[in-house]
Amino acid sequence: MPLLEMKGVTQRFGGLQAVSDFNISLEERKLIALIGPNGAGKTTVFNLISGFYQPTEGQIIFDGQPTAGLRPHQVTARGIARTFQNIRLWHEMSVLDNIRIAQHHRLGYTIWDAFLRTGRFTRSEGNIDAIAWEMLEAMDLKDAAHELPRNLPYGLQRRVEIARAMSIRPKLLLLDEPAAGLNSADVDGLIKLIRWIHDEFDIAIWMIEHQMKVVMSLCEWIKVIDFGSTIAEGTPEEIQSNPVVIKAYLGDDTI
Amino acid sequence: MQKYTLNAALAALCLGLVLLAQFNVIDQYTQTVLMFMGINIIFASSLNIVNGYMGEFSCGHAGFMCVGAYVSSVLSVVLFTSNKLVGDALLPPELAPMLFPVVLIVAGLVSSVFGLLVALPSFRTRGDYLAIITIAANYIVISVIENLDIIGGPRGFHGMKRVINGMRDMVDIPWMFIWVILGTLFSVWLLRRLVNSTYGKGISAVCQDEVAAEIMSVDTNHVKLVAFMVSSGLAGVAGALYAHVYGYVNPQAFNILKSTEGLVMVYLGGMASLSGSVMAAILFTLLLESLRFVIPGLDAALHAVNLLPAGYELSQVWKWVLIPLILILLMQFRPEGIMGNRELSGVFPKLRRFYTFK
Repeated sequence: MPLLEMKGVTQRFGGLQAVSDFNISLEERKLIALIGPNGAGKTTVFNLISGFYQPTEGQIIFDGQPTAGLRPHQVTARGIARTFQNIRLWHEMSVLDNIRIAQHHRLGYTIWDAFLRTGRFTRSEGNIDAIAWEMLEAMDLKDAAHELPRNLPYGLQRRVEIARAMSIRPKLLLLDEPAAGLNSADVDGLIKLIRWIHDEFDIAIWMIEHQMKVVMSLCEWIKVIDFGSTIAEGTPEEIQSNPVVIKAYLGDDTI
Repeated sequence: MQKYTLNAALAALCLGLVLLAQFNVIDQYTQTVLMFMGINIIFASSLNIVNGYMGEFSCGHAGFMCVGAYVSSVLSVVLFTSNKLVGDALLPPELAPMLFPVVLIVAGLVSSVFGLLVALPSFRTRGDYLAIITIAANYIVISVIENLDIIGGPRGFHGMKRVINGMRDMVDIPWMFIWVILGTLFSVWLLRRLVNSTYGKGISAVCQDEVAAEIMSVDTNHVKLVAFMVSSGLAGVAGALYAHVYGYVNPQAFNILKSTEGLVMVYLGGMASLSGSVMAAILFTLLLESLRFVIPGLDAALHAVNLLPAGYELSQVWKWVLIPLILILLMQFRPEGIMGNRELSGVFPKLRRFYTFK
């Protein structure tokens, strides 16, 4: 059974067809990429998966169950975590708190427990603390735990954002342009990090990325979309030599 | 050890104040000022949940105070005194001291239900639009009460003094003074526990990036609902105490000017800082009280040097020039307020050696 299945997913905004007839069947533990020129509808696909938009047509099935009608936090609780194209950390709270708050799906206590500091509250907070520190340790962020994210270098902010997503313990991690804005040394670090996460946590990763270095060295399968429609898919080698893809990126040479 | 120092110090302070009030070391006037301080602390710190921690702009907070004031007043008058509404007291007046906290809690709960008036629209609306809804909510509450003739309409509602005097007849201690102190401690304690839990930190996450919060598994609608309801509920408690301190309520006492007072205190103290709100509420109450003496003094002085025409008198209305002026100056020169997003222990880390407050 595939982990994530999208069948004929179409998203229209008024007259604009942002995504049309999108199909994919993503197995567990796969590492794939979605590429395409700017405005092709890549982020819309992610927004559809994470429940931010409800598809106009088609079906999204995650882990055997359709996600239709779920709100984003419910989709996340099912096991899909994501990062954003432009870093969206909570910049006025410590790195540790950023990770703690991402544990809302496993709180398991009500506001009354918070007021009365019941045993349930103490256990849950202790558990959340342990998970947060474990993730900081694993992602080599322990020293930054009490820093505000906005005071960290950009590359480290990316790492915090990925750590925050991973602390949800997802089955599928969606990375929206993880290498955007990173210098080449940071990009090498990112490639290592993604490969390490993939091996260590045994999860499926799906990324949107423009930097071919990242895509080609990590992904087993690549899907290319343009104007909302799939124009090609295959292994990195196949995609690199596909004339349709080259045309979509570089345009026609008949001027 | 540090866990208890602050509690012990606070308990000692409050007990001391009550004893001083009991033996008339501090007079009735000072007691009243202290009580308004407490009410303002509840009012400001509860507003800070919405305006500071959640980053919405509520300018109708006094509406919820109004609900709490009326609910508690009607309840305590109907329950404990003979009255025009239902005739004889429904319960023996001897129960009043014991049941008064229940009256406060019911007032808080009813106000928190009225908080839905703002909480539900907040699911779809943010910022300026929500601010307009909060003003509307304030006016809805006031207009409804002004048109309810059974509880006095625009003339207001009274009779709470008799309840308090009834308590005093039984045991001669400064009842209202004690209730206000307990109410203030309770409210700050509740808010502190809320904002220090992972649950409550979701409120700040909604403020700083709502999209990220929702994607990172925070049920943003639920968090907003809780924040608005806790905030308006505590405003209701503040209103209930206010009504019983004055012994008289009038819907126009809770109009937009009262809400503005709350805003001044929150911004003076600093967004998302409970200790800031507490300090600002104390300062603001002192400032308002001092104006009672400063304005007549200024009036006399200006007349003495012939700067004001003989027929004109500087009245207390000038307070409403000064308070907005404070707000303007504050936004110009220190927009982050006294504490600016931090707590006392964040500004002075050494204090952590002496206490923890969770």
